[in-house]
Amino acid sequence: MRFIIAIALWIIPVALFAQEWEDRRLFNAQGTALRLRIISSTDTSLFAPVVESFVSQYPDISVEYLVIGTADINEIFRANPEAFDLVISSAMDLQLKATNDGLARPVPDLPHPAWAQWRHSLFAFTSEPAAIVINRDAFAGHVIPKTRQELIEAMRARPEFFNGRVGTYDVRESGLGYLFATQDARASDTYWRLMEVMGALDVQLYCCSGDMIEELADGTLAVAYNVLGSYATARIELKDTIEIILPSDFPTTMMRTAMVSVDAPHPEQASTFIHHLIALQSGPDANILPLPPLNSKLNDVKRATITLEPALMTFLDALKRRRFLAEWEDSVIQEQP
Amino acid sequence: MTLRLQTSGSLRNRLAITLIGGAAILALLIFFAIRNYATQVALQGQDNILGASVTSILDAASIQNGDVEIDIPYASFSMLSTPFDDRIFYAIYQDDRFLSGYPDLPVATISDGEREFHSVSHQGEVVRVITASRTLIGSGKRTRIHVALAQTQDALSSTLDQISRTAALFGACFFALAAILSFWATSTTIGQLKNLTNSITKRGPQDLRPFEKPVPSEMAPLVTSLNSLMERLDHSLSQSEDFIAEAAHRVRTPLATVRSYAEATLQRVEKEENRQAVRSMMRAIDESSRAAGQLLDHAMITFRADHLERQDVDLVELVHELVVRMTPIADMKDLELCLQSEDKVSYSGDPVLIQNAVRNLIDNAMKYSPNDGKVDISVSSAPELQICVCDSGKGFPIEELNTLAARFKRGQNAEGTIGSGLGLTIAMDVARAHGGDLHLSNQAKGGACVLLSL
Repeated sequence: MRFIIAIALWIIPVALFAQEWEDRRLFNAQGTALRLRIISSTDTSLFAPVVESFVSQYPDISVEYLVIGTADINEIFRANPEAFDLVISSAMDLQLKATNDGLARPVPDLPHPAWAQWRHSLFAFTSEPAAIVINRDAFAGHVIPKTRQELIEAMRARPEFFNGRVGTYDVRESGLGYLFATQDARASDTYWRLMEVMGALDVQLYCCSGDMIEELADGTLAVAYNVLGSYATARIELKDTIEIILPSDFPTTMMRTAMVSVDAPHPEQASTFIHHLIALQSGPDANILPLPPLNSKLNDVKRATITLEPALMTFLDALKRRRFLAEWEDSVIQEQP
Repeated sequence: MTLRLQTSGSLRNRLAITLIGGAAILALLIFFAIRNYATQVALQGQDNILGASVTSILDAASIQNGDVEIDIPYASFSMLSTPFDDRIFYAIYQDDRFLSGYPDLPVATISDGEREFHSVSHQGEVVRVITASRTLIGSGKRTRIHVALAQTQDALSSTLDQISRTAALFGACFFALAAILSFWATSTTIGQLKNLTNSITKRGPQDLRPFEKPVPSEMAPLVTSLNSLMERLDHSLSQSEDFIAEAAHRVRTPLATVRSYAEATLQRVEKEENRQAVRSMMRAIDESSRAAGQLLDHAMITFRADHLERQDVDLVELVHELVVRMTPIADMKDLELCLQSEDKVSYSGDPVLIQNAVRNLIDNAMKYSPNDGKVDISVSSAPELQICVCDSGKGFPIEELNTLAARFKRGQNAEGTIGSGLGLTIAMDVARAHGGDLHLSNQAKGGACVLLSL
């Protein structure tokens, strides 16, 4: 009997969360009081210092850190908001819509600038630009492009070389990729020209920045567009292999956001975690966080950051999204002549 | 003497309450009017933005390849940003078929081209919803697009709170100012009445002059009535004084004649019985004559006191003259008049009145002193100017010390003494006319003392 119960106890959570995670780590397993569940799109290695400093301050709390893509976070979290305490994602639009739909729990009395939070529920804690990342070898002896237009020209100059060696997000799968793409499209028509050129060069599509950086490092890709610059910068060992270019024509900068689930099992501790996170990114220990904090200025260029406002929901509208994806597919997915 | 008047409320309070009550009602009206107006304006502002947003969404609708496409402009939602991060909801329907947005958002049924605003509760919050529609005409196809767009009212209610606070502050300031003005207006108005009351109260008992200072026109009838009342009173008073003086005068002259006849008769009558009767008669005549004289004195004093004419006099000389004149009478009773004084005491007053008063006092002292007695008279200037007359008689009855100066009032121990009861009254009137007073007391060694202070 006891055995059956044990089996059942083991099976139920497994059945409930029979989910393929990209990564899953338990911090401070001996913290017995309670376990915070964080669903996040941020790679464990980049976020671990935050969690570690948190559990060192609250040793009776253990933290389960689950990593998955932004679009999946949206689906999983909306289906089971009571299963998670905190949601951390780089897809600002999805996070904002979740907040608008009442899925976030307000964390009052948190001093944070108005532009970096929404409804005291959604808090931005990083400022990360979308970058063009190139393999240095691929551009040896050639002019390194500084803008999208120069990138277009560089690819047009050597179509045989770049064919099959350019990459970007698959905006149909990646929430962050979709956010970058829509903001780019909003800013300039250059985006569409770039997509057409890349489409003609048999563009490789990826779910995540990490995969693109890997393939850039081993030379499979010569150039990748809209890669998270912060991820590439974090790979210090690849400094000589790849180069990160922040396009100077129009920059697209994303803020990573965190929120407490409205049905969080441990709302109080989750709020405490948010407080800790915000204090960390604005405090003197900001370099604990491997990701660039909010107030950092990259390359001294004042970069336009995507605003946290309801307008982010525009491109999430079903009709609008359908239309945008159709146009994107038209540009990117082309039959090879 | 002072009658306690029955009062029916206070004019001042009534005025103040009316004014302040009015101010309070006005302040409340102002508060609600501003708040109501501001609410309308704020709501109108939100409605306008919602209207513009929904228009831009509808404008983006088109039929492409037979399908409805709505390319919602980024600005449609961007213009709905508020400092309080209000949530927005929307729903798009094509001919009652849900296309996109929030399917649970309530949509009003409207006819073509109309738009409707209403407030509903959605996801636990009150939202302002606009519903609008547009008919799209494609190739051989008509279709209607309904768009409902909703926004929460956090920023609105915050604005309203702020406006309410401002309006409340405004109302309170208005009220405070009005209240202060009311108090000021009330006390200024009542102040005029108080001034009148004060100047009437401050008048001496004999002062029946008309009130002449300017008064507000509303009080003019009251003051006119008061003046005419005082005029009549003054008139009737002087008439009765005149009457008394005339009567006393007319009685005194025949009395003198009767007395001289009685005296002559006494010389001729020999039978002791008859002599006794004549003596009694003479005494009665003396008493009547003296009373008539005093009545005349009193009338004269009342007149002179009303029209007091001061001149510089030496009180010592004045009293000394009196003493010299009265010494023969004193000698008849074997009384000694003893005057103690400084060399000279100057005073500005009516000598006739003062002399009359002192004479009455000495007269009284002599009357109540036993034979071989002594009357002490002193005039002094320090600590205050006073004339003191003391006798060696029985003194005043203690219980009557305060009432003896009243007209025609005689002490209980006055039986058998000639007098009218006007002596002390005359002295008192003179003292008061000069701004002084009359003080009665008994000496420790016996005998009455009267202090006339000027």
